[in-house]
Amino acid sequence: MKKGIAAILAASTIFGAATATADESAELTVNGEIDIVTKTAAPAHLSDVLDEVMSGWRFRSDQTQEMQMDDFDNPGMLGVENGAEIWATVDGSEGKSCADCHGEPEEMAGVKAVYPKWNAQAGKVFTLQMQANDCRTNRMGAEAWGTDKGPAIDVEALLASVSRGMPVNVAIDGPGHETWKLGKELYYTRTGQLELSCANCHEDNYGNMIRADHLSQGQINGFPTYRLKNTKLNGVQSRFKGCVRDTRAQTYKPGSDEFVALEMYVASRGNGLSVEGPSVRN
Amino acid sequence: MKRTTISLCTLLIAGLGAAQAETVVPTAVAFEEGAVAQSLTGVAGDPVEGAKVVSTKSQGNCVACHEITDLADIPFHGEVGPMLDGAGDRWSEAELRGILVDAKMTFDESMMPSFYKTEGFIRLGKAYTGKAHEGDVEPLLSAQQIEDVVAYLMTLKD
Ligand code: HEC
Ligand code: HEC
Repeated sequence: MKKGIAAILAASTIFGAATATADESAELTVNGEIDIVTKTAAPAHLSDVLDEVMSGWRFRSDQTQEMQMDDFDNPGMLGVENGAEIWATVDGSEGKSCADCHGEPEEMAGVKAVYPKWNAQAGKVFTLQMQANDCRTNRMGAEAWGTDKGPAIDVEALLASVSRGMPVNVAIDGPGHETWKLGKELYYTRTGQLELSCANCHEDNYGNMIRADHLSQGQINGFPTYRLKNTKLNGVQSRFKGCVRDTRAQTYKPGSDEFVALEMYVASRGNGLSVEGPSVRN
Repeated sequence: MKRTTISLCTLLIAGLGAAQAETVVPTAVAFEEGAVAQSLTGVAGDPVEGAKVVSTKSQGNCVACHEITDLADIPFHGEVGPMLDGAGDRWSEAELRGILVDAKMTFDESMMPSFYKTEGFIRLGKAYTGKAHEGDVEPLLSAQQIEDVVAYLMTLKD
């Protein structure tokens, strides 16, 4: 009888191949020279819930892991190239490019590692994309880019690439603390008809399979991330949107105060991991 | 003649009313220490249907979180919850019904979704669209689907 039920159901499935297993103990070096910390002691603010923090890279299959070891194999580097072109191109009424104020992209090494961070002039927390838009609207006389849209993501990928190997170091106290606290609250709120929080999947169950997906800690040190699934570079807040949607909830919008706060909080959960973007994920 | 027609109608209506009254709505389910003794429909569950609900993504999708050896031919069982082999030995029918209706009544703060619940959600969405929900809330599974799954789980004996 039981066999019967299973057999009836089996008839409707065509594939049965197991997912490629991840190598959680592998180490990452990019281009044979940039050592990336993909696992380290959890930052102090997480010590009551996690011992170690791990990059999503550790949870991917060997093949996906390998794509990130050499820039020639990393499709996300095409976005970086495009970002470099945008960086050097004049735009807006003031006749300036990013490079006119900031020089070579390499001079921005270390910037990505500390974002999101408090911006005193604006009196709020800025993501790196918001900072880029601030430069565009206030200094270049150019239009703001949409959150996680092509040019914003490519320039973010450029700035991530020149910080690769540097430790994520997002400040959680000081004037940005209230925003960080809002992000933390959102991280632990169980949303939607499935009543699931970020923590349910990424804190309580990382390493476990949920259907065909190997759950990671949902870290964002590797963003922007090139996903084999949608074959493009993906932004942090678009990723959040997908995860919230999957709880059968009404999502927040990329660019909203809520997602800015959540980005700050989740970034701080990766303090100590290396900046890794553009990374490759499935 | 006329009289008979009328009384037949009344009988029919009364009959329909009775059938509906037997379906316990989500807000009226009575728990006793997490268990739900009364059938939600009064109609015996069908284990074959139940197995389908358990393994179908758009229905219970229980295998997303639970491994079940009996359904080994279905690919990709999750490991978020315990293996369900032997669930029919470990739990009574009433306990299983309670776990399915609202697992949080049995396991404090459980990650398992409440499958027959329509209230108390935060930012309830319109299925998986990411948009806000509008109108009446349907539980994740219907009353009869719950009964079918309970019947299936009762077949899982060691
Ligand atoms: C129902 C389970 C579930 C919930 C709830 C959930 N996620 Fe995810 N998330 C996943 C799965 C599955 C993946 C893909 C595998 C992986 O990287 O963990 C993923 C991936 C991610 C990634 C990409 C990680 C990488 O290395 O590329 C981030 C970031 C993330 N989630 C953040 C969040 C945040 C923030 C929340 C809450 C707003 C959240 N998730 C809620 C299941 C979930
Ligand atoms: C998102 C994850 C998730 C889904 C989906 C889910 N469960 Fe669970 N379930 C759990 C967890 C976690 C537990 C363990 C109880 C606890 O500590 O919360 C559990 C416990 C149980 C138990 C008791 C386990 C035992 O000791 O035998 C049963 C029975 C059960 N689930 C059945 C189901 C059925 C049937 C479905 C689908 C209709 C389902 N679950 C869907 C996560 C899930």
